[in-house]
Amino acid sequence: MSVWGKVAVAGVFEHPTRWAPDKTAYQIHAESARGALADAGLTIADVDGFFTSGVGPIGIMSLAQHLNLRPCHLDSQDIGGSSFVSHCLHAAAAIDAGLCSVALVTYGSTAASERFAIGTGGGFMMSPADNFEAPYGPTIVGSYALVAQRHMHQYGTTSAQLAEIAVTTRRHASLNPAAKYREPITVEDVLASRVISSPLHLLDCCIISDGGGALVLTSAARARDLAKRPALILGAGEAVRHHGIGDRDLLDVAAFQSGPLALARAGVKHADVDLCMVYDSYTITVLATLEGLGFCKPGEGGAFCANGRLAFDGALPTNTDGGGLSSNHPGMRGIFLVIEAVRQLRGERGPVQVADCEVALVHGTGGMLGQRHSGVTMVLGKA
Amino acid sequence: MGDYKKPLPRIDEESRGYWEALVRHELYFQRCHDCDTNRFPPRAVCPACLSSATDWVRASGRGTVYSFTVTHQNQAPGFRETLPYVLAVVELAEGPRMMTNVVGCAPDDVRIGMAVEVEFADVTSEITLATFRPVR
Repeated sequence: MSVWGKVAVAGVFEHPTRWAPDKTAYQIHAESARGALADAGLTIADVDGFFTSGVGPIGIMSLAQHLNLRPCHLDSQDIGGSSFVSHCLHAAAAIDAGLCSVALVTYGSTAASERFAIGTGGGFMMSPADNFEAPYGPTIVGSYALVAQRHMHQYGTTSAQLAEIAVTTRRHASLNPAAKYREPITVEDVLASRVISSPLHLLDCCIISDGGGALVLTSAARARDLAKRPALILGAGEAVRHHGIGDRDLLDVAAFQSGPLALARAGVKHADVDLCMVYDSYTITVLATLEGLGFCKPGEGGAFCANGRLAFDGALPTNTDGGGLSSNHPGMRGIFLVIEAVRQLRGERGPVQVADCEVALVHGTGGMLGQRHSGVTMVLGKA
Repeated sequence: MGDYKKPLPRIDEESRGYWEALVRHELYFQRCHDCDTNRFPPRAVCPACLSSATDWVRASGRGTVYSFTVTHQNQAPGFRETLPYVLAVVELAEGPRMMTNVVGCAPDDVRIGMAVEVEFADVTSEITLATFRPVR
């Protein structure tokens, strides 16, 4: 007896803010929790499982105090921006096992108004491995750029092909009133923007915003009687990639492991997927992830992402909310991938609604692609 | 040494041999004494067979650029003054890949596959870093 299909995302909320110097991160957590519980038709008293990330070591207890939660199940998974997708996987297992019945996942950040230079700050010294990397100045952009450069070398992928991803994502953002950057851009605009870390240009990089969001998960049986049409968790899987013993293939991203696992668990084929929500920290992240997930062969990602294939009205609608490249990126974007997937499955997306959206694939990437990163894939289906 | 602003490695008991060799301008990696598996960065226990019997192997210092990026933006002290610089992964002739900087040439001249050799950078009295320059 497996967990798949038995747990649902019953409530979602994307905080509308992109710039919140008047708010704290905890406040954004709380306002998002209010929004997601209202969306589900539940109250905070119903919550007995609490999941969050990005709040620092043992910070989940401080945030639990802020929300006055007394959960019997806690999880502050910290594998970077994918953590919130991982929370869904872990919450599904916990709910199915009877460890909790209503799981609340929250996120909040004021990265932009605190002027936090996420991608180009550099100098992280947090773990033993950093001793062999940080002295050489790997920024987060630089770590992803190492993968992009290798991909170009090995497969002939071009900057113009990567730029297509940014252009399509901006088109989606132009149709999203909440998105931070809505002015349409062209491939030429991307190529003309300054190089941050070669071969990645400014417009290959995600934006920095404030923001947050929340999810409410419960059993599929309970979700049926709640306010909104639930999205069922059909399958999920997670993975990590690192330098290993000094033998890392930079193009071997975590999605190669988590993707097939999630699809097999869900019993879903690539052709069944109506929407992809993949973490777009950088254009290369999308390309490498789609290859890893198996939507195209390794090396074919450049051509695959071109010609509007990823547009909401294309063959593989991807990042229809405008993504981290244009809509919002407060530092950890995983939760927004789930939120948009659920809204699409419900048919709530108006001008960017994907026609007949029944199966959505979410993939979060966390950490630094060229060093240590996580990948979490989840397949959601219309109940 | 007070004016060196970039992050410095913290030497620990698993890595001491590596850093002490660099001060002598020698580049080493580890090989498991029991199963012969090479490994980098250094650690006390072989992940392949969990043996603690470790040999240190001196690298030739030759390698090739496996990937690189010319960094044009980094706000961190020490780096922001030296833009643009080349962050790279170099594959040693003996196999292990390591993160490094490619120096001694114009950043835009670096290519994947380029032959490089180690250049020891004595950044403080206790710390030497292995950087790489094109083989001339």
